[in-house]
Amino acid sequence: MTYNELPLFYVFHFYFFGIVAIASAIAFVTRKSPVAAALWLVNTMFCLAAMYVLLDAQFIGAMQVLVYAGAIMVVFLFVIMLLNLGHASDLADARGMTWKLVAGFLGLALLAQVFAITRARVPEALVLPENALATQFVRTGAIAPLAGPLFNEYLLAFEVTSVLLLAAVVGAVVLGKRRERTRAH
Amino acid sequence: MLLQHAADAVQAGAGAHPLSGTAAEYLWLVPLLPLLGFVLNGLLSLVSAYRVGPADPGADHDAAHGGGHAVATTHGHATDSGGGAHGDDHHPVVRHRFATLTSIIGPGVLALSFFLAVAIFAAMRGVGGGVHAPFIQSYFAWMPVGDLRINAAFQLDQLSMLMMLIITGVGTLIHIFSVGYMQDDPGYPRYFAYLNLFVFFMLMLVLGANYPVLFVGWEGVGLCSYLLIGFWFSEKANADAGKKAFIVNRIGDFGLLIAMFMLFANLGTLDFVGIAAAAPSQLVFGGALVTAICLFMFLGCAGKSAQIPLYVWLPDAMAGPTPVSALIHAATMVTAGVYLVARSNFLFSLAPAAELTVVLVGALTAIFAATIGLKQWDIKKVLAYSTVSQLGYMFVGVGSGAYVAGVFHLMTHAFFKALLFLGSGSVIFAMHRAYHHTGNHDDAQDMRNMGGLKQYMRTTWILMWIATLAIAGVPFFSGFFSKDEILGGVFLRASEHSTLAQAHWLGIPGTAILYLSYALGLAAAFMTAVYMTRMMLYTFHGPNRTGERERGHLAEAPWTMTGPLVILGVLSAVGGWFNLPALIPLGPVGVLEHWLEPVVGEGALRVTNGAPIEATHSVEYALIGAAVVIAIAGIALAFARLKPDRLVPKAQSPEEHGFERVLANKYYVDEAYDKAVVQPVVATSRGLLWRGVDVGLIDGLTRLIVQSKDDDAAPGTTVPMGGLAARAVGWVGSQVQSGQVGTYAWVLVVGVLFVLGAFTFR
Amino acid sequence: MLTESLFFSAVLFTIGVIGVLTRRNAIIIFMCVELMLNAVNLTFVAFAQVYGVAGQVFVFFVMTVAAAEAAVGLAIIIALFRHRQTVNLSNINLLKG
Repeated sequence: MTYNELPLFYVFHFYFFGIVAIASAIAFVTRKSPVAAALWLVNTMFCLAAMYVLLDAQFIGAMQVLVYAGAIMVVFLFVIMLLNLGHASDLADARGMTWKLVAGFLGLALLAQVFAITRARVPEALVLPENALATQFVRTGAIAPLAGPLFNEYLLAFEVTSVLLLAAVVGAVVLGKRRERTRAH
Repeated sequence: MLLQHAADAVQAGAGAHPLSGTAAEYLWLVPLLPLLGFVLNGLLSLVSAYRVGPADPGADHDAAHGGGHAVATTHGHATDSGGGAHGDDHHPVVRHRFATLTSIIGPGVLALSFFLAVAIFAAMRGVGGGVHAPFIQSYFAWMPVGDLRINAAFQLDQLSMLMMLIITGVGTLIHIFSVGYMQDDPGYPRYFAYLNLFVFFMLMLVLGANYPVLFVGWEGVGLCSYLLIGFWFSEKANADAGKKAFIVNRIGDFGLLIAMFMLFANLGTLDFVGIAAAAPSQLVFGGALVTAICLFMFLGCAGKSAQIPLYVWLPDAMAGPTPVSALIHAATMVTAGVYLVARSNFLFSLAPAAELTVVLVGALTAIFAATIGLKQWDIKKVLAYSTVSQLGYMFVGVGSGAYVAGVFHLMTHAFFKALLFLGSGSVIFAMHRAYHHTGNHDDAQDMRNMGGLKQYMRTTWILMWIATLAIAGVPFFSGFFSKDEILGGVFLRASEHSTLAQAHWLGIPGTAILYLSYALGLAAAFMTAVYMTRMMLYTFHGPNRTGERERGHLAEAPWTMTGPLVILGVLSAVGGWFNLPALIPLGPVGVLEHWLEPVVGEGALRVTNGAPIEATHSVEYALIGAAVVIAIAGIALAFARLKPDRLVPKAQSPEEHGFERVLANKYYVDEAYDKAVVQPVVATSRGLLWRGVDVGLIDGLTRLIVQSKDDDAAPGTTVPMGGLAARAVGWVGSQVQSGQVGTYAWVLVVGVLFVLGAFTFR
Repeated sequence: MLTESLFFSAVLFTIGVIGVLTRRNAIIIFMCVELMLNAVNLTFVAFAQVYGVAGQVFVFFVMTVAAAEAAVGLAIIIALFRHRQTVNLSNINLLKG
């Protein structure tokens, strides 16, 4: 799909949200205050949700807003405030300039290699016809085509995930419980 | 997705096969039933592991007195069949508490397997126009790696069908025999668990649709053989025999693995069907590559089927229970090598030099083992060397391109050798029981201690004679037809018409090798007749040498043991009818040959340059006549020269001398191997690896470190280099191990960069 | 839009990695991991547009695992804070044997 055929409106929004996401992410890793960092991350996630919608993944976009930005990040903020970590001055948490430079260099190297790897040819036989997903969604709605494979092909994985969630809940409760003093027998 | 697609394609392909929808669809159940038996018997064995054996007779005793009716009956039965175990000075005989259940499961699953195999056989016979392509059932993709596509698949064709019938049929009989033979053994369920597992692996070996699946079965039967040889592992000799079998077989398996690697590297597939299709066009006829593949494969066969130079484990394998010797070390497992050569006929027929090697090794083994068999006193050792010798015959057959003859001898041998082993088991059982009653500790397997047993065990005597006549090649018994066909096959292929005769082996013309093998085969046949008659004469004829008190306790075995013997006796007598030669049309001629045609026909024709071998009647009569004369002469010579009357029990018999002594000591091959292989390895391990590397180098370094620590007290002394280096390495290691999560994250990212770099700059 | 998506995704992922390497606050590092997961989700969604809906299904599983991870991870951080009164990883070296 060449984006020359795509409306400028679409391309503009895609780039807009992508650039805002990256800018927010940079802000996120550079903010000293954990609360500010978390809020910038939420912003990144909103942008990503918008990109999902642009990429024909409307349902995933909604999930992104509800689950990631709405639930997971709220829990993060909750913990930050619970532990009273909101004051940036308390923490000398970023490493020194040397380390930052080395980390930046490593990051660039990683980026270069990831780009190099994307040169790999993909088997043409697997590629769907253009706009196949979008036309399918128009016909059946955005949820049914996802639910089909989820509850048929990937049913085992789905069930295993539910067990994983249960284990996580139990684990979180056990870990978070205040350890009682050893009683006399 | 891709895998599913492949599986669908396979199924679509199978859908066109005439066998789909018939009983053959249940092919997987045939090996699965013995596996089920293994699991059940194994569980019974594990459950009872803490209270088996003579150490705990009290529990059973109490239960019997407490009015437990079922237990009391079992107990009564045990003493009954044990012939009254009271009053002997040995441990009291206590039947295993799960013995009844095991006796039902163990042989039961095998019988079901056999019936299923018969049903599949009937389905195969029922296909109009015959089954020409193998019926392949693919269960799942086992190793889909890169270009390598290996499915866990079974292949049903005429050869695997025949092997399946032999394994389950003879296997069932031997299982039933075992019920009697092992009745008082404390490890009863364990025994049947191993035996069932063996049958499972053996079926996997013959049903596998590609070399890796075959190899799993190949290794599995080796494992079960090891477990069963060392079944009475509390005696060191038995455990050692198991280890010897296992280690010697590893040498052969190495060859088979190399052959598989070479096949995959050059043909890109390991499926039998794929290789059969690709081999003639992609491999050069008589080329170095296909010859090397076949020779490596034959190394595997020589290990599993006990050929020179790897035969040494089989005689020692007689340390296991006798039914095991019958099933594993005579009828089925040791013939796996023959099966493999017949199965790989599409490769061997392309490599005349490799085939000549097979023929020559087979012929040499046949004569070599037969000479040793002439002077053995242990009844099972005679049969063991006889088995080695007969396996040599089979290799002469399959090696010379007479695949049908080799497989035919495999089948008849399974009948008469199983009968001989079970018969000897019955004899040993009787001898052992007699000795057990009187507290005698003599060797119950030595023929010098037997003699005149025909008065006490008439059924066994008659049946053993049938088997002896069959193995000696007396006309109209099964062995006559199969042995004659092998000898005739190798003789006829020595003529100009075969690729073998035109080939050269180390500069020697193939014709000479084949004629030599024929002569060796005839000589071995003569000796076979002599040593088998000798065994019968010393065991069953002449005066009884067991001793006065023991004589009264000699008796025929129970029906569970004689029943299978009778069936095998019938098969040994009439087994030759399965493949009658055209000269002796007593019934339908060449049934087995027609049956195996779709599997081995192409390879056999390639060996004979495309035209079936036709011998003139005079030549054929001469060949048959020679074989008959040889057999009769051997038996007659044994009767004339051997005097069982003059034999004395083992304890009083004199030392052998001269060549007899060399034979009795098996040509000192074990001693030579010990000197040439075992002792150098042990010496190297001890002298170099232990004293040199371990004690000298590694411990030496540690000592240096300790010294340097001591030297710290005296400043100015030089610290030894070894200690410093060790300390430096240790310091670096301890710095890396900081406990800081951040550090670990850094190391992780650097590692990721390296891995990605490996992809990028590939 | 596959190429663009992959570009954005790679950049976001790298930012997450740099964050993990340079920060010492356990919670921030944790959030960096979440950012990396989101970057991967973006590639899944982008590939789903080309190769079929299975990619979107996979995003579900990633989200579920992320949720489980967040629950357990935050519980660990709370337990850790209770012990040491800090979430600064340079003060915590429990991994040292």
